[in-house]
Parts: sequence; structure tokens; C-alpha cells
Amino acid sequence: MQSAMTLSFSQTSSFTRPNHVLGSTASVFSTPKNLRFCGLRREAFGFSPSNQLSFRSNQIRTQSSGLQVSASASSNGNGNGAPPKSFDYDLIIIGAGVGGHGAALHAVEKGLKTAIIEGDVVGGTCVNRGCVPSKALLAVSGRMRELQNEHHMKSFGLQVSAAGYDRQGVADHANNLATKIRNNLTNSMKALGVDILTGFGSVLGPQKVKYGKDNIITAKNIIIATGSVPFVPKGIEVDGKTVITSDHALKLESVPDWIAIVGSGYIGLEFSDVYTALGSEVTFIEALDQLMPGFDPEISKLAQRVLINPRKIDYHTGVFASKITPAKDGKPVLIELTDAKTKEPKDTLEVDAALIATGRAPFTNGLGLENVNVVTQRGFIPVDERMRVIDGNGTLVPNLYCIGDANGKLMLAHAASAQGISVVEQVSGRDHVLNHLSIPAACFTHPEISMVGLTEPQAKEKGEKEGFKVSVAKTSFKANTKALAENEGEGIAKMIYRPDNGEILGVHIFGLHAADLIHEASNAIALGTRIQDIKLAVHAHPTLSEVLDELFKAAKVEGHASTGQEMQR
Amino acid sequence: MAVSSSSFLSTASLTNSKSNISFASSVSPSIRSVVFRSSIPPSSHRRVMTVRSKIREIFMPALSSTMTEGKIVSWIKTEGEKLAKGESVVVVESDKADMDVETFYDGYLAAIVVGEGETAPVGAAIGLLAETEAEIEEAKTKAASKSSSSSSAAEAVATSPPPVTSSPAPAIAQPTPVTAVADGPRKTVATPYAKKLAKQHKVDIGSIAGTGPFGRVTATDVETAAGIAPSKSSVAPPPPPPPAAVNGKATTATNLPPLLPDSSIVPFTAMQSAVSKNMIESLSVPTFRVGYPVNTDALDALYEKVKPKGVTMTALLAKAAGMALAQHPVVNASCKDGKSFSYNANINVAVAVAINGGLITPVLQDADKLDLYLLSQKWKELVGKARSKQLQPHEYNSGTFTLSNLGMFGVDRFDAILPPGQGAIMAVGGSKPTVVADKDGFFSVKNRMVVNVTADHRIVYGADLAAFLQTFAKIIENPDSLTL
Repeated sequence: MQSAMTLSFSQTSSFTRPNHVLGSTASVFSTPKNLRFCGLRREAFGFSPSNQLSFRSNQIRTQSSGLQVSASASSNGNGNGAPPKSFDYDLIIIGAGVGGHGAALHAVEKGLKTAIIEGDVVGGTCVNRGCVPSKALLAVSGRMRELQNEHHMKSFGLQVSAAGYDRQGVADHANNLATKIRNNLTNSMKALGVDILTGFGSVLGPQKVKYGKDNIITAKNIIIATGSVPFVPKGIEVDGKTVITSDHALKLESVPDWIAIVGSGYIGLEFSDVYTALGSEVTFIEALDQLMPGFDPEISKLAQRVLINPRKIDYHTGVFASKITPAKDGKPVLIELTDAKTKEPKDTLEVDAALIATGRAPFTNGLGLENVNVVTQRGFIPVDERMRVIDGNGTLVPNLYCIGDANGKLMLAHAASAQGISVVEQVSGRDHVLNHLSIPAACFTHPEISMVGLTEPQAKEKGEKEGFKVSVAKTSFKANTKALAENEGEGIAKMIYRPDNGEILGVHIFGLHAADLIHEASNAIALGTRIQDIKLAVHAHPTLSEVLDELFKAAKVEGHASTGQEMQR
Repeated sequence: MAVSSSSFLSTASLTNSKSNISFASSVSPSIRSVVFRSSIPPSSHRRVMTVRSKIREIFMPALSSTMTEGKIVSWIKTEGEKLAKGESVVVVESDKADMDVETFYDGYLAAIVVGEGETAPVGAAIGLLAETEAEIEEAKTKAASKSSSSSSAAEAVATSPPPVTSSPAPAIAQPTPVTAVADGPRKTVATPYAKKLAKQHKVDIGSIAGTGPFGRVTATDVETAAGIAPSKSSVAPPPPPPPAAVNGKATTATNLPPLLPDSSIVPFTAMQSAVSKNMIESLSVPTFRVGYPVNTDALDALYEKVKPKGVTMTALLAKAAGMALAQHPVVNASCKDGKSFSYNANINVAVAVAINGGLITPVLQDADKLDLYLLSQKWKELVGKARSKQLQPHEYNSGTFTLSNLGMFGVDRFDAILPPGQGAIMAVGGSKPTVVADKDGFFSVKNRMVVNVTADHRIVYGADLAAFLQTFAKIIENPDSLTL
């Protein structure tokens, strides 16, 4: 949700002209939201980012809900020369997850009359069963890990006696956080005048949506943002007690002595961090030959040395969990392992619990897609680069968009939100194509892993195909003063770039607060900033951000710094 | 830091966070210099080999006397790359430090059996070296069978008994037939941590009766087994079976009093385990102790004089001990097999030093021969290295006699435990003003410290030790010879 807000603001900022602050009352009627943002943005410039955000959104809530009506009415009336068909809404979003929420906020800002349909709870997976509650658990695990590490504490001169935890207290923290964020999300939409319609939404036909039992509404444009559910491979019986998905695990109803985690992607990794900190032993089951297959190979190798090997974790790679039977009749959870290549049975595991973290499957059933002749691919809704839905014949379905996990382009909450904003930009008359390579991703283990853009092998492959050289620069957290002050010198940052023109192709960080550090790199990629320019930027000392500073300075670019004009761009 | 120390001596174990050191070494070239290279000439360790063998195994070398397994930090060479004799091939992390391992043969790195970040017991094949390019394929096939057979950690330990070698240089030997391992389903169910511990303590997990839920082997079971069962082959001098129920951790659960509420169990780190192991081992040696008061007025005066020249008290004491040992070689000897004296050619005084979260014994080699100033210089260098964890194996495990000083803490006397493999250890208490009556009955106040030597009575007898102490006291009380 934070990311959604940020993105929408940065969009706004491109409209910013300082004199608007003074002239705001005059132009309020044409584009009220924009101006409010602009003015406040300038005024609030000196505040810390987090304060700024909440401050701004409060202002919007209290001041501008009244303006909403006139704004949306005017844009409705103008109609852009379209046939004077009357619609209930300018935009209907099916699914009030982070993607839908981001789109709704931006739509209101653009003066669109917006409704959002939610069949379950506002906030979707991220807020209720994903990123948000898991961060609460990881906050606990990080502290437990630190407190249990006597050597680490001693090196600070601290003495801690037996750190322990109360499972219910930890679970409550996660649940409370989800509730809080969910309320924030709901309130922010209500305050802006987004209609929140409750019920399962489905597409009835072009520009027509049904929700709940038999409420039918129309809209100029429809965004599908129905998200995803945990993917459970066949052969695995989920009972919600001993064989669980992330949905159950986040409730932390038990901390098993020994838990098998199927899948070593970022969901599995984060849970291994939580469970081992709370005293469980973990066995990873990974179908590919390497743990952490999604990450840059070098990063995953280093991460394995820090996050897996020294902990109470073992692993089986190159095997499928072909059959998992929940614990019952006094027997433990049984996991049958099958060789991923030969498909032959390999081993049987007996554990106390199994967490299925094999990825996520799109939630697109019963959406009425057949009414608009759309055929899903493995459940995903096919879209073009502008998130326009493609039907079974390969043609675009007018006025229908799909964002987030449901289209499977990049299954991240903030990617969904960015896609939603991109769609709103388009329907409000400004063409926009989202650069997915500038979207950062993070894994909140201790220490964190973050990445943006291409991995080294991907970049090398691309370089070979397109005929450019690829270089790699690396820096270590060991050389960073702040990291050493925190006794957290473990970690590296790695940048993949083009030495000929200084373009950043990818950045991967493993170390303290990596998830927060990545944004300098992702912004540089999004804005097309070259290394030779960004390396001249100043970083406060001593901060972790100097890791990236070092990284930029370590790069060897053949080109010279761009001209001042380009720098301002 | 000077000479802080403790009686819990181990010639082992410095590293407190393995990943720390190694991490850096694989990361940035600037920090890479931490990795040091073994300075022992490779030729002395080369094995005799026949010409027939074309594919050689690269073994996990023993980089320290306590190393039982090593982790591959990184392969410097990739599969198929040509190697020249003396080139570094792989970086290995031991329980103490990261080291480059070099090849003794020209050839090709045909196959990597143990990948980066993985661990292998000492003596296990970690890679294959082919003599010609043509043999690379053959070697690869061999490697494939190898890696599949060592898929389970426990099996890997069980199948490859490490040869006893204390060489920090790589061991590349003739190809030996790969022992085929039945990779059948195992009956034993062991938890991840139990497996890790079993590997660490070299316990065959299959032989442990599990007491955990569903009969699985838990970490506690392994610890119990490790403490009670006779310890298996190890690269350290073969320890006799330690008596049961001495190690608190190793006692069976039933013997333990129930944990008090709010108390917690913190498992040993690798270093603490090594200390524990050495301490248990020391129980098999019949030791006795002799104390001796030494006047230090003259020594203190000398110290004041030479202090500005960079001489430390540690160097003075080590030098005095070295000179005394030169006159009493039996105290500098050790009993390796219980049947004979092993007289050491050099007098190497190990000095116990407490370092951040651990304990190590840097060794002042030839303490009797080096002059005081060189010795002080050497000591400074060693302490610096110990702090940055860069001590090379011969700099901490070549001691023939150990000095432990707790005087600076106000300790007046204490009793040290004899580290395995040495004949004697000296525990030095603090020097303090004491009322002394001389032979004429005159009372005076003199600075006096009590030294207490623990020795192996199989080789050092009471009179030997007393004579040694007398010599030592004489040197301290007439310290001019120290500066000669």
C-alpha cells in the first residue's frame, strides 16, 4: 500500500508547477486532485517521507471529498466525444487488493468516477495473507534471531538472558497489523469517494459487470485485479493444520518442531527465516537443482551460505514433493519425493508439518471471461504491454484491462499497483507503458535480499543477442561504516551494467536493509539515469546507502557524464 | 589485549563466525587478501604416485589439526580449465580461516564434486583433476557417480573415512576406486539439525536410536551419542574414549536435573565444541601440579627498563620459560602414544590469548633462541593476526609448551588444564607485595607471584618439574640473562 501511494504521487509530481500552489483555488474545478497534491507536495517537501505520506492523505480525505462530485461529473459530461452512452462509472475495478487500490486512488486523482468490487476482504492477499502479516512475523523473527545470537549481543557489549516468545502474541501482532492496514486502505478509498461494492464480481459483457447476487453496473472501463491464491500441486493434501499454505502459516497457529517447506522462492525463504528463529527445524524441498532459483546465482549462493547453511535447515534439490499426506492417526506428515528429472521415487520424509510455497496461481475462475471471449492461459488472463486483455482470437478486448497477479506478468503487490496506475493513465488519455524491468523485488529475510532488473546470466544473454558488453561491479557491506556499526557487515551489492553507455541493467543486494536500498537503483533504471551521472550524487555519511554509492563508483563506464540537460531530465 | 588468557585451552578454534571470513573472501578483491596461502612447501607433502593414474582426486585438505570438515568457499577455476602446478584452485574454509588450495600437478580441472558453499569431510574428494583434455569426460562420469552417492550428508561422512593428515597443503592422490554407496531408502529419520550435528561430531547417524517424536533422531540424541560413544577417527591426535557424563551437554537426558523455569539451552558454537572436545580429551592424561613462588622485583625493574623498547611482559615470561625449558627438555616433550617420550626439537611457547568470544594460543616459536626484542615484535604481530583471524595453522598449533597468565586480573594463583599433545602448561598468577622472611630471619616485602605448572606425569615427574621451576624462578629473579 505504501508503494501504491508513492507511485501515484510520483506520477502527480510530473505535473507539478510551483505557481499552482498559489493559484489552486482558481483551478480547483478542472483538476482538483492534482492541485491539492502539487501544493501539498511542495509545502511538505521538508518532512520525512513517512510523515509526508500520511499527512498528505489526511489532507485529501478531509478537504477534497466535497470536490469529488463536481470533478467526476464534469469529466462524465465532457465525454471526450464518445457516444453519449450513460455509464454508472468511469472505472470499475474487480478486486480490492493492492493493485485495485492503487488503481482506484489514481483514478480518483484523475477525476474518474470509480467503484471497486470486493468479494472477500479489502486488501487482498498482500494485506491479509501475504506481504503485510509476513512482515510482522519477520519483524519478530529478526529480533529473536538477534537476541538469541549471544555472540552478536556480546560484541555490542549487551547482555541478554534467555530470549523467548509467546506464540499467540506473535500471531496477534501479525493479525493486528493486517487489520490496521486493511482499515487504512478501506478508509483511504472511502474518503476519496471510491464506491466499495461488496460481492463477487464478474464480467457480464463489454463494459458491464455483475456483483453480488444480481447487481449489474456499467462502466467505461473495467480493470480485473482479482489476484492469486497459493498454488498447491496435485498430490498434496492441504488440511490447514499440518499441511498448510502461506494463508494458514501467517496465522501462526503452531510452531512445529520440524517443518518441510516445499519451494525455496522468496515465500519459502521468508518462512524459513520465521520458523528457524522461533525454534523450528526446516527442510527445503526444491524442484530445481539450486535453492533460491529466482535470484541472481551469485546472490543465491551467498544467501545460501548465510540464510541456509548455518541454520537448522537442510534441503533436497531436484525433487518434487509428489505426495504429501497430513498427519493423522498418530502418524507424522508423510512426504514422498520424486526425482524431478527421472520422475522416479527417491525418498520419503516424515515431518511435523509441511508448508506449500510453490508459488501462486491466478484467481480467475468464475469471472465471466467467456462472456467476452477471453481464454485464460494456465489461469492467467492474457494481456498486452498496456495491460489490455487479449481475447481468444488474439485481438484486444476494448475497455477491459487486467492487472496484477491475475495477468502473471510480475506477481508482486507493487507491480500490480504500478500496472493499475499505468492503466488509469491510459484511460484518462495519456499513453503509458510500464517498464517492468524497473520494478524492484525484495525478500525480507535477515539479512534482506533485493533486486531490480536483469540477473547476470540474463544480462549476458541479452548482451550477446544484442551485441553489447556487460560488466559487473560489486561492493561489500563489510566496507560500510554503518553496517559495521550495526555489526552486520555480511552482504554484497552487485550491479550489472553496460560499460559502453553506463546503462544500469540490474542491481542485486544482499545485506542489511537491502529492501530499502534497492530503490535508488530502481529509480535510476525507471528514469534512465546513467551510472556516470548517478555516481556524482551525494550520499549522507555514514549510511547504508553508501553501499550503492560505492557500487556506482566501482563501475567502469567508457562514456563520459551526460550534459547538464540530460541530468535534469 | 596483551596476555589475557584462560585455563580452558584449546589449540583449536578461532573462528566464531565461519561465514564471516569466507564471505568477504569471495566478494571483494580488496578483502580477498585475507585469504592466505599455506606456506609449507608443497613438495614435502607430495605423495608417491605411479604414472598410470591419469585422473586424480583433489581431496579436502586438513588445514588445521582440529579440522574435520571444510567448506568450499569458491572454486577459483571452473570445470575444464587448465591448471598449472602451484596455481590456486579452490578456496576452502576451515574452522579457523579461509585458505587457497593449490594444485601440485599440471592438468585440467575435470569435475567439481563438491560445489561452492558445500561441505565435505577432510580427505573426501572435492574435485577431479584430469591429466589431458581427453580424460575430462571420463572424470566427469566418475564425478557424477560420486556426487550422487554423497547426496546425503550422513552418508558422505560414513563412506569416506578421512586419512590422517595434518598437511595444510592439498592432498591429491592416486585415484582410488569410489566406494559405491547404497543409496537406498534409509530407515533412520533425523532432523536437519541432528544431521548437521552428526556431521560435525562425526557420528554415524544410522547408529543412533532416535528418541524424538516418531522415533526420529533429534539434535539431543546426536549430542548424547557424541558424548558417550567412543569418538571416531579424527584428524586430531587420536583421543581415548572420554569418560561418559562429564560433558554437561553430553550426558543423557535422564541424568540431567530438570531445567529450571526460564532457563535456556544454548548450543555450542563450532569453536566452543572444539574447546569442549579438547577438554574432554585432556581427561585421559594423568596430570599433576606443582606450584612455585617467584620473586619478581628484579623482573619488574627490568620490565620498566625495556618497556619503552616495546617489550611486553608476555615476551619476558615466554623468554624465561623458553630458557628454562632448554635446560629441562623433558618438560618440553610430549607423550603421543603412552609408550614413549617425544622430544621436541624446538621450544615453541604457546601463549593463551582471549580474543573476541574465543580463545587461541598463538605460538612464539624458538622462544629460547630469539632475543627479547624480536620475541616482542613477533608477539605483537601474532596478536594482530589473531585479532583479525589471520593466524596460519603453524602459528597456533605448533606449541610445545603453553603459558597462561591471568595475573592482570588480580588472580593470585590458578590451575590450568594441560592441552592435549603437550607435556606441560604454566599458569602464571599476579605479582603482589608479600612479606618474606629470608634465611637469616629478616622480614622484607617483596613482589611475588605464584606459578603453577600442570604436567603429564607419564613423562614429567615431580622432580623434573620442580627442577624446571627452580630454573625458571632463578631466571626471573636474575633476569639479566633475558636481555642477552
